[in-house]
Amino acid sequence: MNRTLALVVGGVIAVTLARLVWPDVTALLHGVGCEAAQGFGRLVGNEAITNYGCRMVGGLGITLQLVAISVGLGVVLGFFVALVRLYGGPVSSRIATGYTTFFRGTPLLCQLFLVYYGAGQFRPALEAVGLWTYFRDAFFCAAFTFTINTAAYQAEIFRGAIASVHRGQWEAAKALGLRFTTIMRTIVMPQAALVALRPLGNELVIMVKSSAVASLVTIFDLMGTTRLAFARSFDLSVYLFAALLYLCVVEVIRRVWGLAERRLTRHLSHA
Amino acid sequence: MDKLLIMLSWGDRGWLDELAAGALVTISLALATLPFGLALGLLIALAARSKSPILRGAATVYATVFRGVPELLTLYIVYFGLQIGLQQAWKGLGFPGNIEMPAFVAGMFALGLVLAAFSSEVWVGALNAVPKGQSEGAFALGLNRALTFRLVVFPQLMRVALPGLGNNWMVLLKETSLISVIALPDLMFWTGRANVVTKEPFLFFGVACLIYLAFSLVSASGIAALERRANRGYAPGGGGQR
Repeated sequence: MNRTLALVVGGVIAVTLARLVWPDVTALLHGVGCEAAQGFGRLVGNEAITNYGCRMVGGLGITLQLVAISVGLGVVLGFFVALVRLYGGPVSSRIATGYTTFFRGTPLLCQLFLVYYGAGQFRPALEAVGLWTYFRDAFFCAAFTFTINTAAYQAEIFRGAIASVHRGQWEAAKALGLRFTTIMRTIVMPQAALVALRPLGNELVIMVKSSAVASLVTIFDLMGTTRLAFARSFDLSVYLFAALLYLCVVEVIRRVWGLAERRLTRHLSHA
Repeated sequence: MDKLLIMLSWGDRGWLDELAAGALVTISLALATLPFGLALGLLIALAARSKSPILRGAATVYATVFRGVPELLTLYIVYFGLQIGLQQAWKGLGFPGNIEMPAFVAGMFALGLVLAAFSSEVWVGALNAVPKGQSEGAFALGLNRALTFRLVVFPQLMRVALPGLGNNWMVLLKETSLISVIALPDLMFWTGRANVVTKEPFLFFGVACLIYLAFSLVSASGIAALERRANRGYAPGGGGQR
């Protein structure tokens, strides 16, 4: 019980501290990114990148926020859906399967439009339950859509990972008289997490790339700011600069993920 | 309710015929992109496995770039870049007037470049799965390189590559929806039009989602049938020997 208390207190302190320094950290990062982008623009002698580089770096920040929120929430939702699919009753597991099939079988763009434009049609209902203020906001709509989209993909990843844990592990744990939750938490999940690690990294990269469609619903993420820069400057190099930024983000994620995977699987033999 | 049914009817008053025309464009775009992207992907996979370090490096750079840049951005770059390049080439050659690249070709080209990057991964994996002895044996029988590849390696390659390529196809099918932003009248484009006119976004985007879902489900069963066919010579269950 003491451990739980310590965790809660520690969590509260950490969140408070993070909220205190968060504006400063983001401002600092944005300032540094700004300078770097403008410096890069001057270095290659391109006026459009120098002029709009700062704004594009700000857009990159929005992209990263969008991805962090949706993938973070998607892990929770996806894991839950995977559990329902594997261990739910006949009806609930059917529903979970239908959910993953629908969101994996349709384009993200179509889902985003369905939520963003479709929400307006249900304005009275949404107002009645007090959700309209959220669905009026494009950023919320995008984060919402991306979350349920990535959760569907992550549910499949978790389902595969949990199913990949050998039967014998379950049988042995049951023979020891452990409860379902204990088996899940202490025996199955640690093994499944390692299997899920690589596809989760891929999903993160895919979300960074897919989040570009948010620019089509008025969000000024990296793609949105780049479209704006192009519309004003008619200089194609802003698109190339945006491609470079996306490429850097994706490569950093891939490298960091690779290192994390190596570290976490260091007790396993690398064939 | 009647109003909604009329909106979804075929003909002048409804949007079903427009949606069907859009769906046809979506499917033809995906089908047109497939051979181009897969062939380019196979070439890149062969380059990635070649002895020349230059070819290997080029293949790595290609795969990294096109797998790391959002498809939407690739689409913009290819569309505007090709357009500008084509204009300049046209003017440079001294032709009068303007030339414009059709949106369909630009979309096909952009999606094909991305598909090539992703399918090259699948091809490399499949090429590694075909034992070297197969091509060595074919050489020993006196077949040249092209014949060896076509008659001996490729049929075995397809069997291993099929699941991965099937995945690529499903991704491609969904990516075609992005083409609507460059004004190609595909399913998303007509759905957007219908939304603007009728102010029934939930209905129309919902229907569009269901149409895409139907394509995905049909594709999934089609791919499963192809896989069964490709595996027909192998013992069921165990996956057979390679």
